[in-house]
Amino acid sequence: MREVAVIGIGMTKFGELWDKSFRDLVAEAGVKAIMDAGIEGKDIDAMYIGGMSSGGFVEQEHVAPLAIEVAGLEDFHIPATRVEGACASGGLAMRQGYIAVASGIHDIVLVGGAEKMTDVVGTEATNVLASAADREWEAFFGMTFPGLYALMARYHMHKYGTTQEQLASVAVKNHYNGSMNPNAQFNRKISIEDVLASPMVADPLYLLDCSPITDGAAAAILAPLDIAKKYTDKIVKILASTQASDTISLHNRKRFDALPAAIHAARQAYKMAGVEPKDIDVAEVHDCFTIAEIMAIEDLGFFEKGKGGKATEEGLTAIDGQIPINTSGGLKAKGHPVGATGVAQINEIVMQLRGEAGKRQVKDAEIGLTHNVGGSGGTAVVHILGVI
Amino acid sequence: MAVPRYWREIPARYNLIGKRCKVCGRVYFPPRNICPVCRRKSVGQMEDYKLKGTGVVESYTIIHVPPPHFEGEEPYIMALIKLDEGPYVTGQIVECDEKDVHIGMRVRATFRKIMEDGEKGAIYYGYKFVKEEE
Ligand SMILES: [Zn+2]
Repeated sequence: MREVAVIGIGMTKFGELWDKSFRDLVAEAGVKAIMDAGIEGKDIDAMYIGGMSSGGFVEQEHVAPLAIEVAGLEDFHIPATRVEGACASGGLAMRQGYIAVASGIHDIVLVGGAEKMTDVVGTEATNVLASAADREWEAFFGMTFPGLYALMARYHMHKYGTTQEQLASVAVKNHYNGSMNPNAQFNRKISIEDVLASPMVADPLYLLDCSPITDGAAAAILAPLDIAKKYTDKIVKILASTQASDTISLHNRKRFDALPAAIHAARQAYKMAGVEPKDIDVAEVHDCFTIAEIMAIEDLGFFEKGKGGKATEEGLTAIDGQIPINTSGGLKAKGHPVGATGVAQINEIVMQLRGEAGKRQVKDAEIGLTHNVGGSGGTAVVHILGVI
Repeated sequence: MAVPRYWREIPARYNLIGKRCKVCGRVYFPPRNICPVCRRKSVGQMEDYKLKGTGVVESYTIIHVPPPHFEGEEPYIMALIKLDEGPYVTGQIVECDEKDVHIGMRVRATFRKIMEDGEKGAIYYGYKFVKEEE
């Protein structure tokens, strides 16, 4: 297996982008990554694009060749594949790219992720997102996606004494971080009181415990480490790329206070990279809801199970804390265009490891981790990246 | 959606017919074709099994932002319920004040309308849960 590097990154601003189409977003992120890597479009050997439901959101499937077309690259007949794993689609695209380069099948691979979520109206976005849950045995009976995380939140609160304020402190931290990220959907800081005064979505989760509906795209260019230097000096190495599955319904899981797939993927990733949780300098985790970040920092081994809420409340996950989590603002403040999220996480970690994160830079960051989850935990993808 | 999609799930949704693995005796609901413990040994050995419909609330939420077919019903209680035979299900709890629902509460399944597929579409039925009187 060959060693693989990230040699370029690019993303659109995240937000409610009324003036931009799915095609505009894909083209913008891809071109930015290509230019950042110092390659030309014709150098690309393959493309993988993550998307959860372009069919549900913009009535367009078959988006992989479309991405090639909007980038003006159709004459090179580059093989292009769409990858779907609900909200983990971007992370899966990244992992497919990694596998393609590591195996020696392809050299330069463009990895992308995109979702255009604001072209549907009313409760339709809620309905499309509910497809990530079990349609026949959860959604059919009136369950929603926030509802599933609310069940986990209530369970965690009951079992470990996690509080409503601790949940809110995740959102407060991520909005603070997002205030320093020009690409974030929300740049405003919020308080615990703001969270608790926002409308209830699925008790105990308030609106400000939930990530928003977002448009956006992100991309990255991968290459074998030994030829990466030909193109750029800004090289970040992929130390681990792992993935795990579990039941897509919450009720069929073995436990409700954790995402077993995330625990499994994380264990494998630490082993593959030869590092331990304490070696990670910065992490982007899948905070689709505040409870998800609390479970994530426990599942990843940064804190003991049940202690994630307290750790967050005490500031241990702040940019200057013991383990900075979601310096980008996370899904909560940066926004969550579901298919793009996994690749946007890679963008943030690469920026941190290159020392390009500006006001939200973590000092001397050398090893970073991404944790991307599909649905309520049916899919989990973990990547560990390092400076060379 | 075409009616057969709902029709084929009627035994499970109307009468809580799940599956029991004849090899190990474990009960599954919603029904499964393969026992994840016995795997290949369970092929062809999964028999219909009617669950009693009684169980206990393991966790719950109150839905304030509903999906399209449930608009107007909010707020309503959704729960993760451990059935007495072992499996967990997701279901709505009705005839219960949202202040009364709690983890550990005993419930039993009851046959109710779940939703209508638009004004002219079919009406779909299934189980919801009510508090079990002591
Ligand atoms: Zn069995």
